[in-house]
Amino acid sequence: MENLLSIITFIPLVAAVIMALFLRGNDPAAQRNARWLALLATTATFLISLFLLTGFDPQNTGFQFVEERPWILGLTYKMGVDGISVLFVLLTTFLMPLTIGACWSVETRVKEYMIAFLLLETLMLGVFCALDLVLFYLFFEAGLIPMFLIIGIWGGKDRIYASFKFFLYTFLGSVLMLVAMIAMYYDAGTTDIPTLLNHNFGSDTISVLGFQIVGGMQTLLWLAFFASFAVKMPMWPVHTWLPDAHVQAPTAGSVVLAAILLKMGGYGFLRFSLPMFPVASDLLAPLVFWMSAIAIVYTSLVALAQQDMKKLIAYSSVAHMGYVTMGIFAANQQGIDGAIFQMLSHGFVSGALFLCVGVIYDRMHTREIDAYGGLVNRMPAYALVFMFFTMANVGLPGTSGFIGEFLTLAGIFQVNTWVAAVAATGVILSAAYALWLYRRVVFGDLIKESLKSITDMSAREKAIFAPLVAMTLFLGIYPSFVTDRIGPSVHALVTEYHASLPVDTATRLALQ
Amino acid sequence: MFATDFQIVLPEVILAVYAMLALLFAVYTGKDAVAGLLTWVTAGLFVLLALWIGGAGDGARTAFGGMVNDDPFSRYAKVTILLSGAAVLAMGKDYMERRDLLRFEYPVLVTLATIGMMIMVSAGDLMALYMGLELQSLSLYVIAAIRRDSVKSTEAGLKYFVLGALSSGLLLYGASLTYGFAGTTLFSGILSTLGGEVPVGLLFGLVFILTGLAFKVSAVPFHMWTPDVYEGSPTPVTAFFAAAPKVAAMGLLARVTQDAFGKIPGDWGQVLALLAVLSMFVGSIAAIGQRDIKRLMAYSSITHMGFALMGLASGTAEGVQAMLVYMAIYVTMSVGAFAFILSMSKDGVPVTDIESLNMYSKKEPLRALALLVLMFSLAGVPPMVGFFGKFYVLKAAVDAGMVWLAVLGVIASVIGAFYYLRIVFYMYFGKEGDRLDGSISPVQWVMLMGSAAVMVLGVVNLFGIDSLAAVAAETLVR
Repeated sequence: MENLLSIITFIPLVAAVIMALFLRGNDPAAQRNARWLALLATTATFLISLFLLTGFDPQNTGFQFVEERPWILGLTYKMGVDGISVLFVLLTTFLMPLTIGACWSVETRVKEYMIAFLLLETLMLGVFCALDLVLFYLFFEAGLIPMFLIIGIWGGKDRIYASFKFFLYTFLGSVLMLVAMIAMYYDAGTTDIPTLLNHNFGSDTISVLGFQIVGGMQTLLWLAFFASFAVKMPMWPVHTWLPDAHVQAPTAGSVVLAAILLKMGGYGFLRFSLPMFPVASDLLAPLVFWMSAIAIVYTSLVALAQQDMKKLIAYSSVAHMGYVTMGIFAANQQGIDGAIFQMLSHGFVSGALFLCVGVIYDRMHTREIDAYGGLVNRMPAYALVFMFFTMANVGLPGTSGFIGEFLTLAGIFQVNTWVAAVAATGVILSAAYALWLYRRVVFGDLIKESLKSITDMSAREKAIFAPLVAMTLFLGIYPSFVTDRIGPSVHALVTEYHASLPVDTATRLALQ
Repeated sequence: MFATDFQIVLPEVILAVYAMLALLFAVYTGKDAVAGLLTWVTAGLFVLLALWIGGAGDGARTAFGGMVNDDPFSRYAKVTILLSGAAVLAMGKDYMERRDLLRFEYPVLVTLATIGMMIMVSAGDLMALYMGLELQSLSLYVIAAIRRDSVKSTEAGLKYFVLGALSSGLLLYGASLTYGFAGTTLFSGILSTLGGEVPVGLLFGLVFILTGLAFKVSAVPFHMWTPDVYEGSPTPVTAFFAAAPKVAAMGLLARVTQDAFGKIPGDWGQVLALLAVLSMFVGSIAAIGQRDIKRLMAYSSITHMGFALMGLASGTAEGVQAMLVYMAIYVTMSVGAFAFILSMSKDGVPVTDIESLNMYSKKEPLRALALLVLMFSLAGVPPMVGFFGKFYVLKAAVDAGMVWLAVLGVIASVIGAFYYLRIVFYMYFGKEGDRLDGSISPVQWVMLMGSAAVMVLGVVNLFGIDSLAAVAAETLVR
């Protein structure tokens, strides 16, 4: 199947077009059809994407399943995956059917809602598969449109503000990246990503408007890409759009945002910043380290003070993404393995946590922590699931959260001990806010009148959580499922990276 | 000799003869009663001529001793002008009829303006340039004021006339300086008669000509007339202003800079770059405060002209190509957006307030979706075709070493995204309120949907216009 990636990427789009053209009306029957069609399409995508798992050769560090066709303006339509991206594709296809299942209870404009999610899936898959700069940018940027609409139409009270903030923040970041991409094209004469990975961008000090820029062109390009990916990630201090967007987005929107969209930033760092601009990455890594360390500690503290459950989890996401950026720029095997692992694990865990909030929000229509308490009395199954994911979020050994945090900390420790020490406090802080949240919502006596009649999870909700629990446990117990697949590609990346640094830094790292 | 010259300008001659016949025909028959018929015939004639010119094959010829060119560049521009003119005529007919504005002079004046534009884009001489420009401008002044009993429309026409006359004066002054220093009005001879040195007087002439043309493309700081004229004129006329004359003026600007002053790109490149930056920023920022969708489109067109100028400012063949692609895309989006604006009415009365779009998506989901596509395309968000237009001019600017210009361009496009998003916001997230009427004429519907479909489907191969534009640009930039 040489078109496998295109098939996977465009099935949801085809389903969306079919839905837009042939599903008429807004009666319950049409709504049911829309839901089932969306579920069918995303499930089919997932099943087909399993071929990626079987056909993928981990020992081959190049791109696989490559397809290439000429496109407009001298660009090419080129898709392919390597060890770094293949699991993100699978993460996306795995989570989307669950997301669709989670928005079963949406009643307003069901058809449009499903179309938006299907479009979003196509665009997210495209980001991870694209092997052409402009194609990548196209998918990356176009994803803003459905997300903007999802937040704006189906969101909460302040959805307008949140949707505009989301759009403009990320738009500004990505257009700077566009200029950098054009500059790269100008320099290298191609937009082909595999070729660019082997291109050496100038790193001699240059002078711009009287400023001496160490690292030259690489630094400028790195900063432009950083502007985009740091916003997407999001890193402190440009993370402020995320809590707003999360709080206002509907449950399924939050799940996609936290579990998949944020991963695009980390993926971008791994695909572009690190391998294409090694000198600049090396130069600016301390900046990233400290920004990550601040993010971990600061946003954990902020999370402690939140009254809104979704906001708390959003801040916890920012903290967890801090580990990812730290691990990536540690630029060693453990660091990057850990970063990818953490991203995958965060996909399952944070997605599940947002779903947990969604379960009680659907029943009580509030996310205020104070409105709950003692849920364990009426909802034992829910308490169990919520407990499990709280522990995974904290990083309890045996869950996937532990492996990611441990590996990134091990990676950063070899490069910068101080940052590792600061970041390690985040492990304690995350336990503090997560457990405290859990205690306030689930434990205690059930005294609130409004909660007296709350019902436990339905079969549908259990069915959504089951695969997530399974994956979190599976990755926690058998992490080499992931590391075996990403290991060779990461190894090649790390080797290339250190080989392209000037000699003195390379020896410095070898000595450490 | 004369016969071949005549053959080259045959499309213009046909149009001119048609315009006069149409005038006579209307006067001696039913006057305004035949206006509807004339509109259709004119639109049909435009399409036929566009097909003829587009299929005329390639090669470059000149007529009347170099006064008029017939080359891929002029053909590309003419086809764009004719098709957009036809589209606007067809979709505005229903509106004009219902508002009792459909006078027989309207299609005739549009035809005359179109002849002017066709001469503008094929001009090879300062005289031909001025002739084309004035023929276009004078017709447009009259159309702007076609709604005689409305103060706003009259004001629009008068304002347009006064400022247009001023700009024509500047342009003539520049042309006379150029002639004085170069000794010829032929584009091809202006620089070739001189040695290596370019006299200061000639540069003065160049700057005055550029100023005059900047008025016509409504580049900042010569843009002040645009919002008032857009708002005051009847909507079909505004739609016309936003499309064909912009292409013609841009084409003329490309001709003057590349054909006449192509050897000294440094001297005009910086002027155009400055105009581009100012247009992009002023257009984007000023649009934020607008509540009237026609004024908003006026500022939007100023911003888009800024982007097109960015392509020209780079001074390369790639830049001209980027400008041509950009203009074709812009015109398509503009036609679609105005098709929608034409259909906006409440209780039969046209409205242009953007707040009237509140929750439009619930009433007319398909049309709201089409407008959403157009708005994202205007904002330059991929995968809509509008993005490729922006990408192309940015690429041209970076390739020409003007990275700063490209960076300023993307910042402006983020600011600009805000007000396009606000229209989406009203349609999809707004409050419940009085809704617009559901009526739309079939032509308007087709234009709106067609333009939105083009914006989405164009991602596959841009319908091949980029290669046509490349050929067109190569003939101009030598």
